[in-house]
Amino acid sequence: MLRYVANRLALMIPTLLGVAVLTFFMLRVVPGDIVEVKLRGDGGNVTQEAIETERHRLGLDRPLIVQFGDWMAGLVTLDLGESMWTGRPVAEEIGLRFELSIQVAVMATIIAVIIAIPLGTASALYQGTWIDYVVRVVTIAGLAVPSFWLGMLLILFLLYFFNWLPPITYTPFYVDPVANVTQLIWPALAVGYRYSAVVARMVRSSVIEVLKEDYIRTARAKGVFERLVVSRHAMRNALLPAITVIGLEFAFLIGGLVVTEQVFNLNGIGRLFVQAVSRNDFILIQGLVMLIAVIFVLVNLVVDVLYATLDPRIRYR
Amino acid sequence: MTVADTPVAVRARRGRHPALQFVVTQPLGAAGLLVILLMAFAGIFAEYVAPYDPVAIDFGAMLAPPSPEHVMGTDSFGRDIFTRIIYGARTALAIGFLSSFAGCTLGAAVGVASAYFGGKIDLVVQRFVDILLAFPIIVLALVVVAMLGRNLVLGVDVNLIVAIAIPIMPKVARVIRSAALAVREMPYVDAARAAGYSHARIIFRHMAPNIVAPYLIMLTAYIAQAILLEASLSFLGLGVAEPMPAWGLMLAGNASDFYREAPWMILFPGLAISLAVFAFNLFGDSLRDWLDPKFKT
Repeated sequence: MLRYVANRLALMIPTLLGVAVLTFFMLRVVPGDIVEVKLRGDGGNVTQEAIETERHRLGLDRPLIVQFGDWMAGLVTLDLGESMWTGRPVAEEIGLRFELSIQVAVMATIIAVIIAIPLGTASALYQGTWIDYVVRVVTIAGLAVPSFWLGMLLILFLLYFFNWLPPITYTPFYVDPVANVTQLIWPALAVGYRYSAVVARMVRSSVIEVLKEDYIRTARAKGVFERLVVSRHAMRNALLPAITVIGLEFAFLIGGLVVTEQVFNLNGIGRLFVQAVSRNDFILIQGLVMLIAVIFVLVNLVVDVLYATLDPRIRYR
Repeated sequence: MTVADTPVAVRARRGRHPALQFVVTQPLGAAGLLVILLMAFAGIFAEYVAPYDPVAIDFGAMLAPPSPEHVMGTDSFGRDIFTRIIYGARTALAIGFLSSFAGCTLGAAVGVASAYFGGKIDLVVQRFVDILLAFPIIVLALVVVAMLGRNLVLGVDVNLIVAIAIPIMPKVARVIRSAALAVREMPYVDAARAAGYSHARIIFRHMAPNIVAPYLIMLTAYIAQAILLEASLSFLGLGVAEPMPAWGLMLAGNASDFYREAPWMILFPGLAISLAVFAFNLFGDSLRDWLDPKFKT
């Protein structure tokens, strides 16, 4: 087990290195950089000299390969460099916002699982009935409704029925748990709906598959109550593929937050990313992409380990 | 009545046109297709269908609620929302189709080539695909947006299409590769190779026609994704630019300043996005069941 995890961790390195190389060079293929955006942004008259000085200060006048080496050397020591816009360390910029985004992501996951597993199971058990149809329509709609629009609808709903808007300033959980949850539950619902739709569809098809297995027939034949057949024999096996989807979607949830945070005025990772992109803040974009890629690869690893732990038929290799 | 109808129905089924057969066996998919066709028609003939000019500013009708003159109300510039939604269909469908087409075609080419050559080439290509797959779709699209900026050709932002196509490419490449691996083992590919045909000829003339089903399935599925992604990017202010009517853009910026005064500004564009994506998902699902029953997930 430990050897397997170590092996997988080692395999992460080439992927992450690839992500780093690709992001770094992709961002620099096309000319034009942050300095012009930053200095000319106010419409002021800027001399070529001032631009050159700023480029020099940010190290942008060095050869690409040197810049890359510099950034990689930083990465190895977990130093992500400084934002080219604010001049503050990237790690600090991310650190300020990480907690909020992760909390929304975790809440959305919990919401998704709570909604998806009963819905998907009911849909599978009552396949072909009206319950199944309602669930399928709700889940297909979940894939179609953009989470940012759902967020706007939630705000409209809160405004019209409770005359209440989610606050703009963020309250950390340890300061005031109630205020924190009442603020973040809405974005979590907005992104969680789509997430639950994906998971519910997976649960439905895997429960249907498992119910066809021989051991289900055996259990029924020996007179096990149907409820026990479902809970003991079917669900335990059917939830395995669902775990994979939950894990994979968790990583993509971070992507979904990019847009939803904007709707709720949340100052999280997603918002930082959008700001970095619109300002051409390459160093910050690189840092954020690396962070997201690391989360993605780690979550994949956790899912695989969990999978093998829950299913004894799968062995580590 | 039923008894008398039966032989007719059987006869009809035997000689049924494939399109009709699709409508009968996949009613939901046909409904999706109908919605898509309606939207495409409205988008293409927007000049004749839409009641107003999409960019005409009318301060006399600012934030007007839905009424017989403005069925979906107007926005903060007095522009008719229904008109802008019709023109938005043109933007959404054009960008959705073009980017899905570009991403799927490139992905299919990479996937088939990777499967055909195998060995080291396959390994290198697949590692590259792995790297691209480590980016969530929207993150990769945003990196491409940051890389390329805007580039308008004939009023269409080509770079936006590229930004949406690139995240689609690796996903398609992965699926097409596995389909092509099976095709590669077919005797007719061996025969083509024995006959001394070039690699390009074998790939395009012998293998490509046999992965058309998964290709078409993914093409429709990713149009839905592309429309959603375009709406998200436009919403973030990094996609389609004003004053071009686009659904995501209609929800961006000042729409959210008018939650209280003009909820219709938020309601209708979002409904349009959802309906379009829903229709493509329904159609795509049915197409998958119809073209390739074993492709079901």
